Amino acid sequence: MAPRKHSPIKHGRKPLKPIAPEPDLTANCGGIKSPNPFWLASAPPTNSGPQIMRAFDYGWGGAVWKTLGEDPAVINVTSRYGAIDLGGQKIAGFNNVELITDRPLADNLKEMYEVKKRYPKHAVIASLMVPCERKNWHDIVKRTEDTGCDGLELNFGCPHGMSERGMGSAVGQVPEYIKMVSEFVKEVARTPVLVKLTPNITDIRYGARAAKAGGADGVSLINTINSVMGVDLDTMVPKFAIDGYGAHGGYCGPAVKPIALNMVSQIATDPETRGLPISGIGGVSDWRDAVEFMLLGSSNVQVCTAVMHYGFRIVEDMRSGLINWMRSQNFTKLDDFVGKTAPRIVEWKKLNLHHKTIAKIDASKCIECDLCHVACQDTAHQCIVRPMDMGGKGRLPTVIEEDCVGCNLCSLVCPVESCITMEAVPTGHAPFTWEQYTKNGFKGYKEVYKRYHEPQKTGKKS
Amino acid sequence: MGSVVPKPKSQPKTIADFPGLQEMVPAMRKEEARVESSRCLTCFDAPCVTACPTHIDIPRFIRQINSADPIGSAVTILEANPLGHSCARVCPVEALCEGSCVYMGWHEKPIQIGRLQRYATDVLHGERIQPFTPGKDAGKKAAVIGAGPSGLSCAAYLRRLGVAVTVFEAKPMPGGLNTYGIAEYKLSKPQSLEETELVLDLGADVRFGVRIGKDIQFDKIVREFDAVFLGVGLGAGQALGVPGEHLPGVYEALPFIERIKAHDFSAIPTGSTTVCIGAGNTAVDVVTQAKRLGTPKVVMAYRRGPEDMPAYEYEYDLAKGDAVEFLWHVVPVQVLGTKAVTGIRFARVTEKGGKLVPVPKSEFDVPCDRIVKAIGQKAQGDTLRALSGLDLDPKGRVVVDAKTLATSNKKVWAGGDAINGGKEVVNAAADGKRAALSIYKAVTGRQPVPEHGYWISTIEGRGKGGAAKALSY
Repeated sequence: MAPRKHSPIKHGRKPLKPIAPEPDLTANCGGIKSPNPFWLASAPPTNSGPQIMRAFDYGWGGAVWKTLGEDPAVINVTSRYGAIDLGGQKIAGFNNVELITDRPLADNLKEMYEVKKRYPKHAVIASLMVPCERKNWHDIVKRTEDTGCDGLELNFGCPHGMSERGMGSAVGQVPEYIKMVSEFVKEVARTPVLVKLTPNITDIRYGARAAKAGGADGVSLINTINSVMGVDLDTMVPKFAIDGYGAHGGYCGPAVKPIALNMVSQIATDPETRGLPISGIGGVSDWRDAVEFMLLGSSNVQVCTAVMHYGFRIVEDMRSGLINWMRSQNFTKLDDFVGKTAPRIVEWKKLNLHHKTIAKIDASKCIECDLCHVACQDTAHQCIVRPMDMGGKGRLPTVIEEDCVGCNLCSLVCPVESCITMEAVPTGHAPFTWEQYTKNGFKGYKEVYKRYHEPQKTGKKS
Repeated sequence: MGSVVPKPKSQPKTIADFPGLQEMVPAMRKEEARVESSRCLTCFDAPCVTACPTHIDIPRFIRQINSADPIGSAVTILEANPLGHSCARVCPVEALCEGSCVYMGWHEKPIQIGRLQRYATDVLHGERIQPFTPGKDAGKKAAVIGAGPSGLSCAAYLRRLGVAVTVFEAKPMPGGLNTYGIAEYKLSKPQSLEETELVLDLGADVRFGVRIGKDIQFDKIVREFDAVFLGVGLGAGQALGVPGEHLPGVYEALPFIERIKAHDFSAIPTGSTTVCIGAGNTAVDVVTQAKRLGTPKVVMAYRRGPEDMPAYEYEYDLAKGDAVEFLWHVVPVQVLGTKAVTGIRFARVTEKGGKLVPVPKSEFDVPCDRIVKAIGQKAQGDTLRALSGLDLDPKGRVVVDAKTLATSNKKVWAGGDAINGGKEVVNAAADGKRAALSIYKAVTGRQPVPEHGYWISTIEGRGKGGAAKALSY
């Protein structure tokens, strides 16, 4: 029976179009290749071989093994994690006082060898932390690389416990140490070396420059941020406590992403480190976070908190979302967009002072909660008014456009999607920056918004 | 407002004249979908997934909506259930996924899984994207008899496995009851058809208007194909078995609904009083739509009480909300009228020793101009036996192996209403999926390639096979 096209189905719709082919997700960070850019960060999820293999089965492209150290292995406290919930959202921020692996080095190395044998295409990266002596680093690098792992990550970021012992962030906070230990490692390493940086510093660029100077093949950031999660108001002991006492831990999760994005973009745009491969870490929870890190210059991303919240399975949605976004942008490989947005993060002095936006409230969408009004009135520029405050009737807020400075606050507090939008207003003036303004003797700025104005008077009594 | 020209009375009515027949549950707006999806806890081994006969990974598709990947979300849904677009509208979610939401045991409303599912598949259909591709030619061909939910599901997976598929369908359009027999306010014909198109677009050869045993012999199909899937659904409606049943004005439920679905409003006069016999879900579709057509008085009559009615409770609520009247514990004894229906005579019944017996001298008449019989469809027992020679159970249902859906003929598999006597669209979709995999294995002697791992894992509803491998380490 010859194949025959089915009779046309009359439903008045346009013809179907086939979905675009899957883009190539192969990632390369400093010479470490993985089938996709999603790695598990060095943390509890990568504590053992079986965990990592299960993660690979779900689709993770790589895993940075929970940091290996010298025997005898560390001892952990019980009660290790704390979290901040925000409204209905559990774990907006997460913190921990867990140390590096508490398993014997030989056990970890044996499992690493097994994992690599069974998953040759996935990236297995060994995170390492030993005292700052050449011999110690040489020993562990050699032993670790014998497992067949694909790369090393030097943990100069852990901010609790290990730092008190002169390791972790105690190294990452001193650029000279970063450079020195990187050099120790590069003397013997056969695989690419990433340096994991601590955000508990003043300027991340110094650490990145030191890593580069020490010969590192790339940097990974951010490690966790010093933090205390809170105090229990009934018992007045810290949240969380170990026999009544707390210690500062490392803060991570969705809340830290903007801090991480800033640091990634700083390294990506610093003339001294531009082009240094970056593995982005910090609050990556879904594909959109990953894309943001990559647009700002990361070659790949590492994930921990979201996995600790939901399990390894989330990589399936991350893969799907990334693929469909790349399709929508006609990207066929990661390099089509990695770093694309980095040049758009500039110094403040290079921003265009003649650019103007103002708020527009879509009255048809407004539900009249008047949060924009109070926010603007009390804390911004007093340009959103309501008839009821002007002697009239009604709560519907409106923008006094000539008073609006385009600060965004109203659109940020508005609960209704696309009800308040910030719209660009052509000023007709050429771009003009603070840099130009100061060079020009504080002249040449056109007043694109009202800088000096009387606060809007509202209230019937006034 | 511009001037409104009044419609001449002679002009035929359109669907626009019946607001009650238009989509009852509103679609979710993007913002609403984002907020609702953020409520989902993303349970592991979620009870909603277990409750769904097709085991769609619900937490995953909800997460995908929440992370602005509606196309990926629709793919997650349709991978597990090619009928996911219609199931999102017609599934008894209160009894399945939403009814098992962990929030039910807490202080929260369950996640609106049905509406979220609809949001995702609507985006896919709105963009007219075909996310699936036919599999590499497996060198085998299968016949699918019936383009209803089970047949379509089976055809979808067979095509994705690379098996050539020819579909034989008696009606002029695909979709089965989705296209012809579901309340208009739940699922419209174009919505059903766009769903079938996504399946048939994978290269199924469809023969419409072909009746087995009349236009083509079953034996010939079995001879010519490597495998046959039988998804023929149920047969004609049950008869009341009372005098006057054949008078004009007496309808069977499905043809009655079919006319509404066809928007053939001239063929379904509004009337003054409609009496529906039966109290199942189809009966509810009848009485609610009769009301929404504008019939002033609609009565649902059932031989038992409301506690025994087969319809789901929320369907009963729907009928009550439409101001339908109810007659409980009655059986029809005669349809009244000479040239057309003028009324119906009931007798009251009571239960004695598990049997319903008429109450003496309890007869009473209800004047009406339309009677709709919704007391179930007959299995195609005799017809099927004569046609196919397959083993049937005493109720006329095709006997199948529960795991493979294989019948007594080694080249024939069956699913849907023909094997279960009449269940949900989602059950039929699950059957089609299960049968497609066993057909593929039987005709090729091979296991499917790993790319099919996800949807195959949804047949039994187990987790990913790979995990076990790692755990054995």
